[in-house]
Amino acid sequence: MPSATSARRYTVAGKRAAAKISPPPAWADAIFDVLKEADIEQVGYVPDAGHTRLIDLCLADNAIRAILLTTEEEGVALLLGAWAGGQRGCLLMQSSGVGNCINMLSLAQECRYPFLMLVTMRGDWGEFNPWQVPMGQSTQTALESAGVIVQNVDDAKDVAETVHAAAALAFGSYRPVAVLIGQRIIGFKDWRKK
Amino acid sequence: MARTKNIVLERRAVVARILAGRGDALVVTGLGSTTWDTAAAGDTTKNLYLWGGMGAAAMCGLGLALAQPGRRVLVVTGDGEMLMGLGSLASIAVQKPANLAVCVIDNERYGETGMQRTATSFGVDLPGMARAAGFAETAMVRTEKQLAAIAPRLFAAAGPLFVAIKVTANPVPMVLPPRDGPWILRRFRHDLLGPRAAD
Ligand SMILES: Cc1ncc(C[n+]2csc(CCOP(=O)(O)OP(=O)(O)O)c2C)c(N)n1
Ligand SMILES: [Mg+2]
Repeated sequence: MPSATSARRYTVAGKRAAAKISPPPAWADAIFDVLKEADIEQVGYVPDAGHTRLIDLCLADNAIRAILLTTEEEGVALLLGAWAGGQRGCLLMQSSGVGNCINMLSLAQECRYPFLMLVTMRGDWGEFNPWQVPMGQSTQTALESAGVIVQNVDDAKDVAETVHAAAALAFGSYRPVAVLIGQRIIGFKDWRKK
Repeated sequence: MARTKNIVLERRAVVARILAGRGDALVVTGLGSTTWDTAAAGDTTKNLYLWGGMGAAAMCGLGLALAQPGRRVLVVTGDGEMLMGLGSLASIAVQKPANLAVCVIDNERYGETGMQRTATSFGVDLPGMARAAGFAETAMVRTEKQLAAIAPRLFAAAGPLFVAIKVTANPVPMVLPPRDGPWILRRFRHDLLGPRAAD
């Protein structure tokens, strides 16, 4: 039986208040610290729910330019220009956005510049929307066939270390590296909310 | 055919004329003909030639312009290449880089692949799209006089600027710049950043 306190969460006012405050996942803050430490100055993004917190942190930071993209492939070209101009960048996207990048990733392979992608997965763990599954299930293969080194993380406590290592690899070896942040970390999308 | 009438400007002369006034501006080219045009005007370490990634040129220019706010950045690309990256007009307009200009050499054709018609030959108005996106200044250029007026602005006016220049589809000789991507990028960075390029 719900206690009086927990029952109060289901009042309309309580629901609204809860919807406003998206509890910051600690792993997103940890990624942000890693990006700062890696001197990332341009962050291209097409929003994904899983990246909400990180995007907000980037937008609020004075030393980072958060660059809204209309499609993820723009980010591959953006970061070539950034690197050519002496700045480090990274790209935030949902797994479906990987499909938008494929031909453009030829730039990263051919020009050999450090290219870090942080991909929040859908169609992966407990997915409810069948339309997310095709791209989610081919994300890793698609990236690998485009010459991108892929590193997976499926436990929140490993996120910071994995992103740190991926950044070190990308900037140390001038190569494209993607971190796939598993849906298990991001959590189920709650379809009852709508 | 339905090609826009009264096209008189020749692409090689147009690009040479624009680049003659570049000073120390950084130039990004779109795959294909605009890369050859830029090379024909004189190879320099301040040119970042793209040989692939159709649709990349304008966004590559944005990343460069944001990284180098003290330098002018000019993107020289084709109408077909720009049409493939139309979303970048929105992305650039949001960032408002004052030091960026995008110049489309508009022959109303996919020249590289056999002169098939592009959407601009049906009247699609690229500068109009850039204006609607929020570019600070846009122009459609058809004459020598208009070209003379806009050329210096590409390197001086507050951007982002977007200029489309209507050019003929007359054949031009092939002039190829270096094509090794890592080399093009590294020599560009070395010229721009000095020893820091090896970081
Ligand atoms: C994704 C992709 N689609 C198609 C091509 C083939 N292609 C190469 S150059 C080109 C035409 C470019 O036209 P435009 O930018 O107008 O340049 P022009 O040669 O007319 O100056 C095309 C379609 C390609 N390289 N990549
Ligand atoms: Mg053309």
